[in-house]
Amino acid sequence: MSLVKLSGIRKSFGSVEVLKGVDMTVREGEVVAMIGRSGSGKSTLLRSVNGLERIDAGVIEVDGECVDPGQIDLRALRLKVGMVFQQFNLFPHLSAGENVMLALKVVKRMGKADTRAAAEQALARVGLGHKFDAYPSQLSGGQQQRVAIARSLAMQPKVLLCDEITSALDPELVNEVLSVVRKLAEEGMTLILVTHEMRFAREVCDQLVFMHGGRIIEQGPPVALFDRPSTPELAQFVGMVEAR
Amino acid sequence: MLEFSFWDILSNLLLAARWTVLLSVIAFVAGGLAGLLVLMARVAPVPPLQRLAKLYIELFQGTPLLMQLFIVFFALPLVGIETSPWTAAALALTLFTSAYLAEIWRGCVEAVPKGQWEASASLAMGFSEQMRWVVLPQALRIAVPPTVGFSVQVVKGTAVTSIIGFVEITKAGTMITNATFQPFLVYGLVGLLYFALCYPLSLSAKALERKLNVAR
Repeated sequence: MSLVKLSGIRKSFGSVEVLKGVDMTVREGEVVAMIGRSGSGKSTLLRSVNGLERIDAGVIEVDGECVDPGQIDLRALRLKVGMVFQQFNLFPHLSAGENVMLALKVVKRMGKADTRAAAEQALARVGLGHKFDAYPSQLSGGQQQRVAIARSLAMQPKVLLCDEITSALDPELVNEVLSVVRKLAEEGMTLILVTHEMRFAREVCDQLVFMHGGRIIEQGPPVALFDRPSTPELAQFVGMVEAR
Repeated sequence: MLEFSFWDILSNLLLAARWTVLLSVIAFVAGGLAGLLVLMARVAPVPPLQRLAKLYIELFQGTPLLMQLFIVFFALPLVGIETSPWTAAALALTLFTSAYLAEIWRGCVEAVPKGQWEASASLAMGFSEQMRWVVLPQALRIAVPPTVGFSVQVVKGTAVTSIIGFVEITKAGTMITNATFQPFLVYGLVGLLYFALCYPLSLSAKALERKLNVAR
């Protein structure tokens, strides 16, 4: 059953059309990676799934929650869609635990004890149960990103969006974040990732989406796409990536 | 003719200084509260509210405080609202302060990285929750030094209320000069009193700036 369904998504920045009618479905429990060159529209598409980018046309449907361009209230959608960012975006004035607890408290209005328990559990899930009281500035980049993942998970989203979540990390910190994502995938979390980690995409993802010029021009299982690209654009992209 | 000793002059000025201080405090506190409302309207994702707040700010920043004071003092009675110099002075300075503080704080809110808005929006927080829990706590750190710095402008701004007959230091100075014919001495003391009020504020603004810079 499809959990996320995007139909006819269009988006322009000024006179530049960055999404030219994108259709895409993600089933529950599926892990989908969006790849493509920078400027291909993959980040914009990802950000439109939880309404951070307002779309000009099309419909976004997540677990029965429909959003079209006229929609003002995005709260119901955002309760179902979590997001993790390249720059972590932790709240610097709050400790790791408070970062996780904040939305539980002010959005979900959970009680004090429940909030605390949920936050501890979420932090434990990303291996940072012992960092509850640490402030973001006291954590490494990888730890900060794991707190950000915990913060999203605690809201119990139906799908988690990851926007190049390892791109801002030092190379030695990438794996601790990827292994958390891998674990989530194994636990059946629905994930949509924009990533440049091709090996990770190949190993973990069920489906790969290749974007080029604001359109999805190829999609399918990673092995098929990497080994037998059917468009010259993807062949060139794969060649470029593997040459690195 | 009555003789005024130096002590007479100084004690009268000091008594009048109470009103300068009280007026400054009222204008600053009430202006701060009103300024917070204007700020919310200025940054809320509601274009008509933004425009209204912007107009308000530009109106008060683009006209002399003295004119604002005249309008409050002379125009309100025309529409049937009696104003004493006290209420007119307090009201005009409150409006003036709220506009400036709202604009100062808007800059501080905009200095909070966009990612903070996006992360909190992704957690399904609405505008007021984002402001209350995420943006304002961070903007506050940035806002303290310029806010304290602006309080100096408020203290000095109280001087113009002497025009409508509110007896604060400047007005007291004028009255004493008229009686003593010693303008240099009297206004010299008035100036020193303003300096004594403002200089500690400037110093604390600088100290706070240093302190908050170190903390982050």
